[in-house]
Amino acid sequence: MSSEVNLPIYMDYASTTPVDPRVAKKISDHLTLDGNFGNPASRSHKFGWKAEEAVEEARSHVANLVNCDPREIVWTSGATEADNLAIKGIANFYQKNGKHIITSKIEHKAVLDPCRQLERDGFEVTYLEPNEGGLITPEAVSNAIREDTVLISIMHINNELGTINDLDGIGKIAREKGIFFHVDAAQSTGKIAIDLSVLPVDLMSFSAHKTYGPKGIGALFVRRKPRVRIEAQIHGGGHERGMRSGTLATHQIVGMGEAFRIAKEEMDNDKIRIQSLHDKFYNSISKIEEIYINGDIDNKVSNILNISFAYVEGESLIMALKDIAVSSGSACTSASLEPSYVLRALGRKDELASSSIRFSFGRFTTEEDVDYTLTLINHAVDRLRELSPLWEMYLDGIDLDTVDWQTH
Amino acid sequence: MAYSKKVVDKFENTINEPAKYNVGRFDPKEMNVGTGMVGAPACGDVMKLQIKCESQGNTHIIKDVKFKTYGCGSAIASSSELVEMLIGKTLEEAKEIKNIDIVEALELPPIKIHCSVLAEDSIKQAIQDYEQKQ
Repeated sequence: MSSEVNLPIYMDYASTTPVDPRVAKKISDHLTLDGNFGNPASRSHKFGWKAEEAVEEARSHVANLVNCDPREIVWTSGATEADNLAIKGIANFYQKNGKHIITSKIEHKAVLDPCRQLERDGFEVTYLEPNEGGLITPEAVSNAIREDTVLISIMHINNELGTINDLDGIGKIAREKGIFFHVDAAQSTGKIAIDLSVLPVDLMSFSAHKTYGPKGIGALFVRRKPRVRIEAQIHGGGHERGMRSGTLATHQIVGMGEAFRIAKEEMDNDKIRIQSLHDKFYNSISKIEEIYINGDIDNKVSNILNISFAYVEGESLIMALKDIAVSSGSACTSASLEPSYVLRALGRKDELASSSIRFSFGRFTTEEDVDYTLTLINHAVDRLRELSPLWEMYLDGIDLDTVDWQTH
Repeated sequence: MAYSKKVVDKFENTINEPAKYNVGRFDPKEMNVGTGMVGAPACGDVMKLQIKCESQGNTHIIKDVKFKTYGCGSAIASSSELVEMLIGKTLEEAKEIKNIDIVEALELPPIKIHCSVLAEDSIKQAIQDYEQKQ
């Protein structure tokens, strides 16, 4: 095979991305004595002022990418904290208005687990089912609204499927009813344009490390007009206008700022390049018999492709593809034996859900990487099907649903 | 999932050289073939094990074995390991094989013990099928 590929090949950009070298340079400029190491909250000297200036410049870069006011950006430790701050922050602040929340079954755990926690605190949560394409429709949201609904939390791009929800449609319904609308956009930045000056969204969570920035930093957009108020979840000094205390991590913040600045500059080119890798991959892989694309192919981002290989078990396929870094479902659940809850919510049978693999491409994926991966997949699927009693039954024309399985 | 080197090697050898590692099938209708199939697709693993025996008086010796497994890496490695243990044994000896033998041979992690249980069940069922035909 080609000598130009470096093994193992990274095909798991939706789980995290490498830091762009330009971002790494920026980070390292903000650490040591000869760099910009000051505490941005120090008002009494130049070290503090310079650090504050860097933090505010980064804030502008983040705001620029999503077209909002920099004063609407609150730094957090990542999208998980941003989700927690948004959901618990709204629920706690506005609980006198009602204690009902609407979210979906295919949200990231960073949204589902805070919702579960609020249920323990006396809130009621409706978990919407996606349609079979993996989308949460505005109609589904509309039908779930009650008198006491205070918050709707629906993700932008699903991390396992790459499907894109209609934020405008859902947001308009929320606005009409005066309900706050939070969006987890961890997978969106640098992939598709977001314009918060027109989108009817009140809160939006961002992550740096999905967009070539460092781990451990994220942000929450909190709309100023109409004003959205949240109860802080971390107290201790009143940083970030009281919404999130704690000394700002200047190096992480400038890293996120630089990553988002580059994302804005290069999104159009990245999109074209990744679309062509996606098409090449998709066209080739769809020639394999009995495979199923999970999520609406016409309504998804091109950097994520989730495929079920029928009659092959997912973990064994990942093991057979040892030179390719991919995941089955989200990295947070891939250590467990459960099939992905997202694919189950789509109504996929357990065996198809557990035979699914998520391939995700990124800025540093090459055409050679894609070619090599395709060769390996074809080989591995052939071999594992040769080994599969289910494939044998399929070839013999036996309907697996009619077999009396001995479950254990 | 951190597997032992033994599981990884067994899995890779089996998928790379299926014929050598007894992947395949016998005609289940043959009188000297016993077939066992356990597990369910919804549970994530299905093992099909077939033994071909030769009788010498009342003693039946397992002359050849074929298997196919749908499942995780350790399920595939477990069945492949079991197959090697079976060839040449009498049915009485084969009945003595316990899941713990596979666990020890492959150093299976606790979370994957059920793969070895499944393997043990598959041989029991194959022997039962064979004995019913005699």
